[in-house]
Amino acid sequence: MAEFALPKNSQVTEGKTWPRPAGANNLQEFRIYRWNPDDGKNPRVDTYQVDRDDCGPMVLDALLWIKSKVDSTLVFRRSCREGICGSCAMNIEGQNALACTMGIDECQEHAKGKKTGAVRIYPLPHMPVLKDLVPDLTNFFAQHASVEPWLQTETPAPEGEWKQTPEDRAQLDGLYECILCACCTTSCPSYWWNGDRFLGPAALLQAYRWLIDSRDENTGERLDALHDPFRLYRCHTIMNCANACPKSLNPAKAIAEIKKMMVAREV
Amino acid sequence: MAPTARPTVTAPLSPHLQVYRWTWTMAMSVFHRITGTALYGGTALVAIWLVALAAGPAAYGWVAGFFGSVFGKLVLFAYTWVLLHHMLGGLRHFIWDVGHGFDRERRMWLARGTLIGSVILTVLIWALALVIR
Repeated sequence: MAEFALPKNSQVTEGKTWPRPAGANNLQEFRIYRWNPDDGKNPRVDTYQVDRDDCGPMVLDALLWIKSKVDSTLVFRRSCREGICGSCAMNIEGQNALACTMGIDECQEHAKGKKTGAVRIYPLPHMPVLKDLVPDLTNFFAQHASVEPWLQTETPAPEGEWKQTPEDRAQLDGLYECILCACCTTSCPSYWWNGDRFLGPAALLQAYRWLIDSRDENTGERLDALHDPFRLYRCHTIMNCANACPKSLNPAKAIAEIKKMMVAREV
Repeated sequence: MAPTARPTVTAPLSPHLQVYRWTWTMAMSVFHRITGTALYGGTALVAIWLVALAAGPAAYGWVAGFFGSVFGKLVLFAYTWVLLHHMLGGLRHFIWDVGHGFDRERRMWLARGTLIGSVILTVLIWALALVIR
């Protein structure tokens, strides 16, 4: 059942305002969610001032700047800094995005009319928090594993590779690019309310990637596994997933295609 | 040295509705739910009217009087909008269910169109009703 309010231990309090960097005259304010499992307190929002003249253009640059110059205790995931590892997914100015591919100016343009305001950063929404901006993605990855994301065949393996026409291969475009950053899944209100049973947009897009693969021979069983009021049909085309995807993929469309396959095999 | 025991803490739940930026598609999804629920009330209005019609002139006169009052007309006006909004929302979902209208411009246009279309149609229907009456 949907629980709209945050539990008592999760309510966010006002945190610390960190000192301005000395001698900087192009400052940008960042308001960042903090939670430390060791101090027994509620989450808080800390305020930082970043010197734009000393910092790269992306939100991730600003986080790294804060961590190395102001507050080394700030915790977040990052790795590739070029939008392919999916580690730095977080909620930036009210929308899920990768910190490394979201420009500091860009995220403020998205939040219209707040051009001079602070950049607000929270962990991916409605997830258990491990520390600061790091959510627990155990369930998310377990759901991905549950769609058995690998090629399944009956026919004996060929001498070389499993072949596929260029047209069949083109069916995988817009699907194989998914980096499993969880931006889409954690943007979905249906997933917020039913994340324990609804697979969510990322896992379902991955499921469709194998359903539509001309080489896969397990389509029927894959559809059987999804034929469930929650696993697939909790998608109500709210479209937050497609709005959030940093790779410009469309999980909502992939889910609609699965629903069409469900109907097509009945008629 | 043995690792120090960490205190067991319940991980907080990260903010969701509290921080997520509203979009047209998200808002219209919520509106579709709300109008769908409100239609139970609307159907009750229709049922009350039909029961009154069957019960005789006295009961019908009372119900017709209520629906004809300023407050009654406001209720019926709201019911018209709720019904049309839910109907257009249903058409929007139908378009998506057959696999169309998923790209950014189209999905936002469909969501905006639901609200704008329902308002325009409601006003049109009432203008028409008041003119031909």
